[in-house]
Amino acid sequence: MRILRHRLFWPAAALVTLLVVNTIANPNFARITIRDGQLYGNPITILRDSAPLMLVALGMTLVIATRGIDLSVGAIMAVSGAVALTIIDDSPNPGSVGTVVVAVIVAVVVGLVLGVWNGFLVSVIGIQPIIATLVLMLAGRGVALLITGGEITTVNSAPYKFIASGYLIILPIAFFIWVAAVVVVSMLERRTALGMLTESVGINPEASRLAGVRSRGIIWSAYIASGVLAGIAGVIYASNTMAADANSAGYLIELYAILAVVLGGTSLMGGKFSIAGTVIGVMTVQALEKAILFLGVPPAQAPVFFAVVVVVVVLLQAPRVHAWGRAAGRRMGVGAKPRTDDRKEVAA
Amino acid sequence: MSATDATTTTSSASGAGAKGMIGTFTSRYASVLPTFAAITILIALLAGAEIYFGNFLTGRNMSALLLDNAYLMVLAVGMTFVIVTAGIDLSVGSVMAFTGIFGASLFASGVPFVIVIPVMLLSGVAIGLLIGVLVQYFNVQPFIASLAGLFLGRGLAYVVSLQSIRVEDPVLLWLGSTRFTLGDFYIAPTGVIALLTVIVGALVMHFTRFGRTVYAVGGSEQSARLMGLNVARTKVMVYVISGLCGGLAGLVLTAYTGSGYPRNGIGTELDVIAVVVIGGTLLSGGRGYVLGSMIGVFVFGTINTIINFMGAEQSWTHIIVGALLLLFIVVQRAIVARSDRSR
Repeated sequence: MRILRHRLFWPAAALVTLLVVNTIANPNFARITIRDGQLYGNPITILRDSAPLMLVALGMTLVIATRGIDLSVGAIMAVSGAVALTIIDDSPNPGSVGTVVVAVIVAVVVGLVLGVWNGFLVSVIGIQPIIATLVLMLAGRGVALLITGGEITTVNSAPYKFIASGYLIILPIAFFIWVAAVVVVSMLERRTALGMLTESVGINPEASRLAGVRSRGIIWSAYIASGVLAGIAGVIYASNTMAADANSAGYLIELYAILAVVLGGTSLMGGKFSIAGTVIGVMTVQALEKAILFLGVPPAQAPVFFAVVVVVVVLLQAPRVHAWGRAAGRRMGVGAKPRTDDRKEVAA
Repeated sequence: MSATDATTTTSSASGAGAKGMIGTFTSRYASVLPTFAAITILIALLAGAEIYFGNFLTGRNMSALLLDNAYLMVLAVGMTFVIVTAGIDLSVGSVMAFTGIFGASLFASGVPFVIVIPVMLLSGVAIGLLIGVLVQYFNVQPFIASLAGLFLGRGLAYVVSLQSIRVEDPVLLWLGSTRFTLGDFYIAPTGVIALLTVIVGALVMHFTRFGRTVYAVGGSEQSARLMGLNVARTKVMVYVISGLCGGLAGLVLTAYTGSGYPRNGIGTELDVIAVVVIGGTLLSGGRGYVLGSMIGVFVFGTINTIINFMGAEQSWTHIIVGALLLLFIVVQRAIVARSDRSR
């Protein structure tokens, strides 16, 4: 029964359930085919399409761990995508690899600068994270619209398109990008003391300050990481559509990212975070989207299902529900008790 | 302490002329300062626009300001209640869209307005109640609970209809298209609704036991509870009020546009929050005025109108509003830091 107590058990169980439902609803779901040495199929599409959300959720995990929240990631995605495509569009040679490399680097640096800005407002000026990032969330799309001149800039550049739709060996390159990001962030957080310090700042800022933790730099770096990752996500998103649409790029992604982080068992109260949990959470959100599609619900009505999921997840984390669960467990005997304890662990 | 500030608002507004003792004044009336700043900015914007364009301060233009932003004003009143308790409500835009399209579809199937309008308001109340219960009884953060409300409202709006629905009901058309004129000025019934909402909101906030409890909860929930105030009911009620305002805004917007549209109000929640903050309400709770939020709406509307007049990119609106928001947050931050030191 030890596996039941692992804090990733319930998030993983939810994901597996969704995948099974998908496969039952549509047996073709799980089919993977090989063409020209490249894998195709729904699971591969999920791995590829989850790249922007995965990158954003990864940054969001770090920010949430410091008791913060970053609402501006969608706007940063819009800006970085607009920057990349505008550079390629304005260059005399949009198809050359050099142009694309410059465009990508500039776009990611723009994400970094915006992350520095958010982190400055939160860690130096001391503004509440929701509000500090709300400023950029409001203004960012306006900036993106100015960069694109209010139009949807479309470009034709084979190397740039390759970022989202190309394949490396047998798997999509976007998949490798997010795997690399996950590995780098995990190494930085878990192979050094950074992760522990981040958690200590999130659990009790005052106590960690008294213990000599320099919280300012740690909080600041979380927002910078979030900005950079959102910048990369913007590049991938723009590469997928090959059009800089300042209004729809990254629209609502901050909310889906927060949902994915919470689904993965990281509490919004800050403190303990789980990168593996976030990966599972993102996959769950993507699988849920596919499930809604397969069950024949029009995509526009999908938010109702997400609302139900959000409510169920937060209720499972709520102390009052735990109390009810324990009370029910006592009435029914000891059998149900470990389950409720386990949920509490997920919430904690 | 916030409650006593509240009663001095109206009298201090007229006493602003007393110069010279600015230091005493700012420390005594710290909580109304952001609202004063908003009024100053509004006057500066209007004066600047009049000087630059020459034909800005016309009755027609000023009346349009109220007409075009009536729904925003209704939402801002509800949001003020929520933010004063240190909460936040992200659902208002999609609640407005849902009640609007729901009402429009009921009108289209021939249901009389005496049933439709209460149903619209009650569906807003229902979503508000859901958020309030999640926040109060299940300790869900307001941000997440109202996020569920945002998804729910938007999804339900699409469940009702994917296309816009025209409204032919004479009562609703009367609400939207009647103009009471006074010289160059005019006001539509929707504008009257918005102003009435502001007046009722301000009266409830400052002259009822409930309003004082709202300030007390925002100032310090713990203290409010120890004082024996009914914190739980108050916290649920503010989300219900915000939901009710969402329903009312749905009615106002449907009357204004003559149709319901499920994509209405995307991003409106951010505008509303910005407007409330610019109007001088502190996001940390405990301080804020419904009338200030009205000023915030006028600032927002004036910026919009000026940008229209200049023929500039509409995207500048959000950049400027974002910059203003930042300015106000920093000002608030300074004020809070100052009053914390003096305590």
